Amino acid sequence: MTRVRLTDHLVLILGVLLMMGPLVVAFLTSTHDHVEIHREGMQFTLGAEFAETYATVLTREGGFTGEITGLLMTQNSLILGIGFAVGKIVISMLAAYAIVYYRFPLGTFFFWVIFSTLLLPLEVRILPSYEVAQQLGLLNSYTGLIVPLIASATGTFFFRQFFKSVPDELLEAARIDGAGPVRFFFEILVPLSRTMIAAIFIIMFVVGWNQYLWPTIMTTEEQYFTLVRGIKNVMQQMIGADIPFYNEALAMAVLAMLPPAVVILVFQRMFIKGLVEQEK
Amino acid sequence: MTTLRIRDAVKRYPNGVEAVKGVSVDVGDGELVVFVGPSGCGKSTLLRMVAGLEEVTEGEIELSGRVVNALEPADRNIAMVFQNYALYPHMTVRGNLAYGLRNRGTPKPEIAAKVEEAARMLQIAEFLDRRPSQLSGGQRQRVAMGRAIVRDPAIFLFDEPLSNLDAKLRNQMRLEIKKLQRRLGRAAIYVTHDQVEAMTLADRIVVLNGGRIEQVGTPTEVYSRPASTFVASFIGAPPMNLVDAQLDDDGLQVAGQVVAHDSAHRGPVTLGIRPERAHLVAGGAGLDIEVAVVEELGAHRLIHAHLGGHEVTVAQSADEPVPAGRMVLSFRPEDLHLFDRGTGVRI
Amino acid sequence: MKKAQFNSRWMPYALLMPQMAIIGIFFLWPAAEAIRSSFYLEDPFFGTGTFVGFENYSNVLTDPNYRRSAVFTAAFTLTVVFVSLGLGLLFAVSADRVLRGQQTYKTLLMWVYAIAPPVAGLIGVMLFDQHIGPLTDAAAAIGWNLQIGVDYWDTAVAITVVSAWKQIPYNFIFFLSALQSIPSSVKEAAAIDCRSETRRFWTVTFPLLAPMTFFLMILNTTYALFETFGTVDLMVQDQPGNSPVTLVYKVYRDGFRGNDLGGSAAQSVILMVLVLVLTIAQFRLIERRVHYS
Repeated sequence: MTRVRLTDHLVLILGVLLMMGPLVVAFLTSTHDHVEIHREGMQFTLGAEFAETYATVLTREGGFTGEITGLLMTQNSLILGIGFAVGKIVISMLAAYAIVYYRFPLGTFFFWVIFSTLLLPLEVRILPSYEVAQQLGLLNSYTGLIVPLIASATGTFFFRQFFKSVPDELLEAARIDGAGPVRFFFEILVPLSRTMIAAIFIIMFVVGWNQYLWPTIMTTEEQYFTLVRGIKNVMQQMIGADIPFYNEALAMAVLAMLPPAVVILVFQRMFIKGLVEQEK
Repeated sequence: MTTLRIRDAVKRYPNGVEAVKGVSVDVGDGELVVFVGPSGCGKSTLLRMVAGLEEVTEGEIELSGRVVNALEPADRNIAMVFQNYALYPHMTVRGNLAYGLRNRGTPKPEIAAKVEEAARMLQIAEFLDRRPSQLSGGQRQRVAMGRAIVRDPAIFLFDEPLSNLDAKLRNQMRLEIKKLQRRLGRAAIYVTHDQVEAMTLADRIVVLNGGRIEQVGTPTEVYSRPASTFVASFIGAPPMNLVDAQLDDDGLQVAGQVVAHDSAHRGPVTLGIRPERAHLVAGGAGLDIEVAVVEELGAHRLIHAHLGGHEVTVAQSADEPVPAGRMVLSFRPEDLHLFDRGTGVRI
Repeated sequence: MKKAQFNSRWMPYALLMPQMAIIGIFFLWPAAEAIRSSFYLEDPFFGTGTFVGFENYSNVLTDPNYRRSAVFTAAFTLTVVFVSLGLGLLFAVSADRVLRGQQTYKTLLMWVYAIAPPVAGLIGVMLFDQHIGPLTDAAAAIGWNLQIGVDYWDTAVAITVVSAWKQIPYNFIFFLSALQSIPSSVKEAAAIDCRSETRRFWTVTFPLLAPMTFFLMILNTTYALFETFGTVDLMVQDQPGNSPVTLVYKVYRDGFRGNDLGGSAAQSVILMVLVLVLTIAQFRLIERRVHYS
């Protein structure tokens, strides 16, 4: 028995090294001077330039136009992450409410239309989606960044499942207590869904924050760049440079992964619940 | 005065299934009427039609003198206690009680007073700030009743409210519901599939079967003069013995034996006799039977015996000697029930 | 079916409006455009073009570059799915068995889930860099001259490694939650019936995980096909000419960089069919899972 546990611990420790190692190395390297990195390779110790590098990345007005700072990108990432999560939750809940609690002729049809979005991931319709957004004048706007992403079959299915599990008698009791559709939704159903909403919010925030393809084609003006979107530009600048600013690129990477990582760490239970439930 | 009048109520679902096939019942002021029947007999559907949770396909529901068919449940002046209580899990007990009143726009001090009063009556005052998940089954049951009481309705509707409780608590709550209903003096409909609940609670019992009324009457009437074999076998435990018999000029022919009977009816019948009205004696007038199994239940015992090809059950006091072997089943003529064998209707 | 429902002529439509509007404008319309323009040549979106029938499709399917990309995508997907599933399962089984430190292991093993694919790509580029990358040094130590961005196969290896690494936490979380939902009475019964822990795993635990494994295979395939876009985009370092790219990346590159709109659209439609097949498979599995439980 003891021997088995030892093997398990060994496997897990190797696993942790595999998963966390690259992140730790990335962070450690980002605290060194770029010339030193260029000369000696990635670093395995903490360097002296932590404060300086991160301050530079956060506040320097960089890019081609000199308008964008790390802070602004962080702010854009937050807007995207929160807007994406809130938007998805709101429209999924409304749609699921209609599908579960109303009997209407086209109910099944709408269900299948929502289902069809599973068949059309952004990646397979990227060009025409861009054209549509362009025609609607949505390029370089928060609306254009967020709204096209928030239609969600998984979110709607998730809330549909949850609403279906709410006992019929609760609605009946509420009707006897004089609650109409609107009151029932806001005073009974939404409070009942609180933990579900929180779990989905956490997942969706991470997914939204990590969006890459759509922001890449939708935003060409740097003031709308998110951190994840900005990574690409950092990369392009590095390729051109004699001695690339590895430290700053890695600092950007660390900044881009930190908020979702913290969210997952703090709300771990809820995150796992949301992730596992949502895919069912 | 009559609180509720149900007239020729029919419930037909879009798929053509008829759950309620033309039922008429009146519930008088302060009367407790129990709808009883096996599952699928339409009793819950009928109750939900009164509540406004199911649309009435045909017929009329008249409450306190006005037809309420088209009214929303909230506008009908009814209150309902659900089988699974249907408490709002995210609200405190106080919130649960107050919710309906708040929605009606009742002034706050009045709500508070009503909630306090109901809580005191039901002895749940100390739980007012807890949530349903922190309460036991019996306490939840009380909260569900409290929610009904604060509404001060014209009629209470109970939908199998005790079926989620254990046997001991069920007996206790049954008594409390009856006391409470007497004290409030309001009409009530109580739906159950449990004939003991029906017998103990009801002023009048409505026995339903297949969407139709089999019999309406006081518990005593339903017990002592069941209108059909269905009622006879449904009300009373253990159920009434039902045996095929034939009426002719000699009397009742039962399993090759003859019992004198003065009925004018002739032809095939079903003979019914309650286990507790039959006696086993060593000899004399009656039907010869063979004792098969004896079940001791403490204060009394059940004897299962063979009467020709039929099995009959007899209940007797445990003080009597244990019967065995061939005995004679004796009974008073007035304890015999005769039903038409084809239709099951009482003769 | 819910027994109690509301009736309203317009409310359900109002509630569905936002979702439907977005789906109509940003899903169905673009998809229809993609299908339409896959049959046209030049300036196809919202303009005039020449109808060419299936020419775009035949061009795509006979293009050696497309075939090469398809072969790479298939090999890439298979490798990513199996490596990340295997390691995810291995870690989950170990994490399920240990008592001490389980929470810490769990947290550290799932953290990478938080990282965006392009960020993983950037870190990968650094680790595999020819000047500063420790992994390149390690490869050199065994006589392997790793040259990502230059050598096709080296780049393919790097992209695959990073993509699989990024997906391990996802599989780990699902496998662990599946393992922990196996009733302890079943585990105890197995412990009484079978002495060998390994044998017990393969005869009792693994069969119980099988439905979850199939399900994850589909989700991982979707991941490898679509969500690795960011990783690929970062790791080919703007030199996609001689680099391995996935089919999804090729749609993007041919459309946005190559301006081959019809060809890109045809590729999109081919991918839509692929997604359709995957989704049907996924729902078949979900149905079966429901029957099992």
